[in-house]
Formats: sequence, structure tokens, C-alpha cells
Amino acid sequence: MNGEVIIPLFLFLIVIFFIGFYASKFLKTTADFLQEYFLGSRQLGGFILAMTMVATYGSASSFVGGPGVAYTVGLGWVLLSMTQLATGYFVLSVLGKKFAIMARKIRAVTLVDFLKERYRSKWVVILSSASIIIFLFSAMAAQWVGGARLIQSLTGLSYTAALFIFAVSVLIYVIIGGFRAVAITDTVQGVVMFLGTMIILIGTIIAGGGVGNIISDLAAENPDFISPYGADRSLTPLYVSSFWILVGVGVVGLPQVAVRAMSYKSSRGMHRALIIGTAVVGVIMLGMHLTGVFARPILPGIEVGDTVMPRIAMEVLPAWLAGIVLAAPMAAIMSTVDSLLLLVSSAIVKDVYLNYVKPEANDRTVKQLSIGVTAVIGLLVFVMAIQPPELLIWLNLFAFGGLEAAFIWPVIMGLYWKKGNASGAMASIVTGVISYILFHSFMPEAFGMHTVVLPVVLSLCAYILVSLVTVKRHAEIQARVFQKLWSA
Amino acid sequence: MNRKKNRGEDPRYKIANREAIIGVGLVVINFILWYGFAYGLGSGPVEEYEYVFGLPAWFFYSCIVVTVVIFILVVLAVVFLFKEVPLEDEEEEAR
Repeated sequence: MNGEVIIPLFLFLIVIFFIGFYASKFLKTTADFLQEYFLGSRQLGGFILAMTMVATYGSASSFVGGPGVAYTVGLGWVLLSMTQLATGYFVLSVLGKKFAIMARKIRAVTLVDFLKERYRSKWVVILSSASIIIFLFSAMAAQWVGGARLIQSLTGLSYTAALFIFAVSVLIYVIIGGFRAVAITDTVQGVVMFLGTMIILIGTIIAGGGVGNIISDLAAENPDFISPYGADRSLTPLYVSSFWILVGVGVVGLPQVAVRAMSYKSSRGMHRALIIGTAVVGVIMLGMHLTGVFARPILPGIEVGDTVMPRIAMEVLPAWLAGIVLAAPMAAIMSTVDSLLLLVSSAIVKDVYLNYVKPEANDRTVKQLSIGVTAVIGLLVFVMAIQPPELLIWLNLFAFGGLEAAFIWPVIMGLYWKKGNASGAMASIVTGVISYILFHSFMPEAFGMHTVVLPVVLSLCAYILVSLVTVKRHAEIQARVFQKLWSA
Repeated sequence: MNRKKNRGEDPRYKIANREAIIGVGLVVINFILWYGFAYGLGSGPVEEYEYVFGLPAWFFYSCIVVTVVIFILVVLAVVFLFKEVPLEDEEEEAR
């Protein structure tokens, strides 16, 4: 492997380290360790908020898996990917100020804190923390495998050595810097992702002899590469549209995304983040997937989709520039992993330990425990990733859809429907997760839609029906909830 | 009964609710434009496609033009429809 490709990658890692040290200074002086470590004391401005949202959401699949599929399927897959544009503006406008205001009223640090105050039910807290820990842990493992494989393919190191480099880089800045380090590194990583996308797209278009030329080459190989139906005409309009649920609006239910909607400093910051986030998501999703399609005439016959990105970058760009571009998927993976790590840690420390094990724990204990738990989870994922599970994207999507089906309604209806209660939320979480697992195993892509659609619909029905049936039982608690969350 | 309950409600929520509806509206517009251009222009045989800047017209409109249009709509919504409100509670600010 070429040294010139590796140098930008290492410079990138060094910058990330320094940010971790910078952020750790805030942890030493903060008055409220938990708020700082898991939420950055709600100080995010617009630019950082937008970048950490986009970077957390954009993962290995946007930069490695996705373009690989686009290479095999054609422009139809780019059409499908553009359903993700909604994530740029939908999450922040829908959770919006209401979520931020309510979170402040109750000093919530995690999504589960919000659910706990909104529903006042032990079982809602336990069920939701358990789904976060289980699903996000597996999502994290899958991302680590992706990160390590990427380093492996770029440097020629062994898988274990690559995994070690990846693990050490991520663990150090997350453990010492907490949320602030994650958000600032996410911003650097988001900028790298944005620039990398622009460079590789332009480089690919030039190498292919212009857009018109590339498109006619594609059409000559198979006309359906440039139709919205995909190379084998298997992308039906209904199937493609159902991705609006999975990667468009359903993203509201992802805890790692939702928690960011309570981390910003002011409504001005949120307004700016809406604009910046939409632009950045649009450019990254369009650019990366289009590059995957355009790579085909330049490098025909690639069998393994995941290798399309690294190979096209090295083919069309000078080595040092390819290094910068290949830092982008690295950045995407790291920025997802760091948030997941912190979130799983907060679920254990804040949602389980401080709620049920030892509520009276003092600051010192909480501090040591938070840092300790983050480190232990990191090591645990490292050990699991040494023997990597085969189906990286399968695991990842499973976690993704499962969490969406579990949380979307308890969060959204909890904010906007006063009649929603604890029984409804519980029914919704259980229905969402179980029906997702069942559909996934026995009836995948039922009725030609992505598997996530029916569980999301079912969990909405469960939420509404059960809430309505149990109105009387919860009347007293609900009155107290209104008092605390809704009153001026 | 509803009116009575709403009287004591945090006035900022009215603004928040309106902005959530704007967010949903944007997604609906986004979806209709995206779907309309993609399958309106792209469902015919490939030989009869029209091209804009070298790209098939369906793709140019549904994926590039719509993305730009939605971005402009988001900017307009934020500038003209979204309101700035303080997020902290008064007692917290006083502290």
C-alpha cells in the first residue's frame, strides 16, 4: 500500500486525538458531570449540531456499502438513497423545540430520561434501556468490523491490528472527552465526509469523460442502469417509497439521533442546523451513491461491492487526494461508533444504575463509573469484533429498524398526544420490537415494502388503542405529568 | 374541558407544534415531488428518455432539482416561519 494514501489518514487520527484532550478540559471544570459527559451541557451551536447529526447518522453504509450497491443496481439506488434527505430537516423540526424545552424542564440527559418522566413507569424505562443496550451494542459491533476492514484494506495490516488501531483511536477520545469530544470530532469528521464526497464525485466524472459519456456507457451495458427500477428491474416504486419510513422519517426513533435534539444551546442554533444539515445530507447522499454508479464504466467487473469505493478513489485520484477521500468513510464509521458507545454507556450508568441500583451515588462514583463503563463496553466490543459476524449490513439494519419500531411512537406521541400513557408506550415498544423480529425472520419485505413498515404501523396502532383503553387507570398520573411537562 | 387544560399550557408549545407540522409538510412535499418526477418521467422505455446535462431527465429532476428545491424551502421556512424562543425555563435562567 502506498504511503501517500496513509499519511492523510494518520494526520486525521492525530487531529481527532487533540480534540479529545481539548474536550476533556471541560470535564474537569464542570459543575454537573453527567450533563457534560453525556450531553455536552447542552451547549451545541448550529454548525456542530448539524454536523454531529449528519455524521452520527451517516455510517459505513453511506460510504462503503451504499455506493457498492449503487454500483450493481444503477441510478435506481441513488433515487432510493435520496429518501434520506428528510433526515436533514425532519428530525429537528418534528422533535424540535418541544423536545428541547421538555428535556430542560426535567433536566433529561438521555432519551430514556424523557420517557421516564413522560410515562412514569418502571417498565417503560427498563424495556427502553434494554432495547438500547442490546440493539446499539450489535450495531456498534458491526460498525467496528467495518472500520477495521477499511483500515485493513487501506494499510495492508492484519485484521486484528487494524481493529486495534481503530479501537484505540475511538476509545481514547470518547472516554476522556465525553459528548463534547464526540460532537466536535463529529464536526471534523462531517467536514471530511463532505469534502471527500465532492472530491471523489468530481474525480470520477472527469475520469469517466463527463456525465453524458458515463451515462451512455452505462445504458450501453444495461439500459436499466439508468432507469429508476434498477439493473434487474426489481426496485418497485412501492419498495423504494417504503425507504421513506426506514431512512427518512423513522430516524426520529433512533436514540443516538434523538438525543442530539436535546443538546443544542438555543433556537437560533437549531434553525441554522436545519439549513446546514439539509445541505450536507443532500450533498453526501447524492454524491456518494452517484459515485458508486459512475464508477462502473471506469472500473467494470468489481465483484465485492464494499471494495468499489476504495478502488475508485485510488484509480481516479492522485494518492494523497485518495487518502483524504478514504478518510471520509473512516470518519463516517468513527462518528457513528463514538455516539453509540457513549449512548450505551449512558443507558447503563444513567438509566439503569442511577435509576434502580444506586440513586444516591455521589459525584465521584458517578464520574468513575461513567468513564469505567464506557471503557469496559469499548473493550467488550473490541473482543466481539475480533471474530467478526459475517453479515455486517444485516446486523446493522436489524438494529436500526428494531429501534425505530420501538421508539418512534413513544417519543413522537409522547410529545404531541396528551392521551398517550405508559401502557400505550409499553405496548408500542413490545409490539414494535417483537413484530420487527418476527417479520424479519418469517415474512421479510411483506407486501413488497421494506420490513420496517408494518412493525411501525402496528406499534402505532398498539400505542393508540392501549392508551385509549387504559385512560381511566392512568388518569391521576397523567394529570401530574401534564403539570410537570406542559404547564408554563 | 380541553380549553380549560390549554389555559395553563406553556405558550412556547404552540410555536413548537406549528413547526412540527411544517416539518411534516416539508416531508410530504419532498415525497410527492421526488415520486412524481422519478416515476412520472422515468417509467417509459429507456430509449425514449430525455436528458438534461447528460443525466436522464427523471433523475435530474427527482434527485437533483428536488433536493435543491427542498433546501430552498427549508431555508424559507426557517427564515419566515420558525420563531426564536428561549429554551430555558425562567427560574433556571434566574439562577
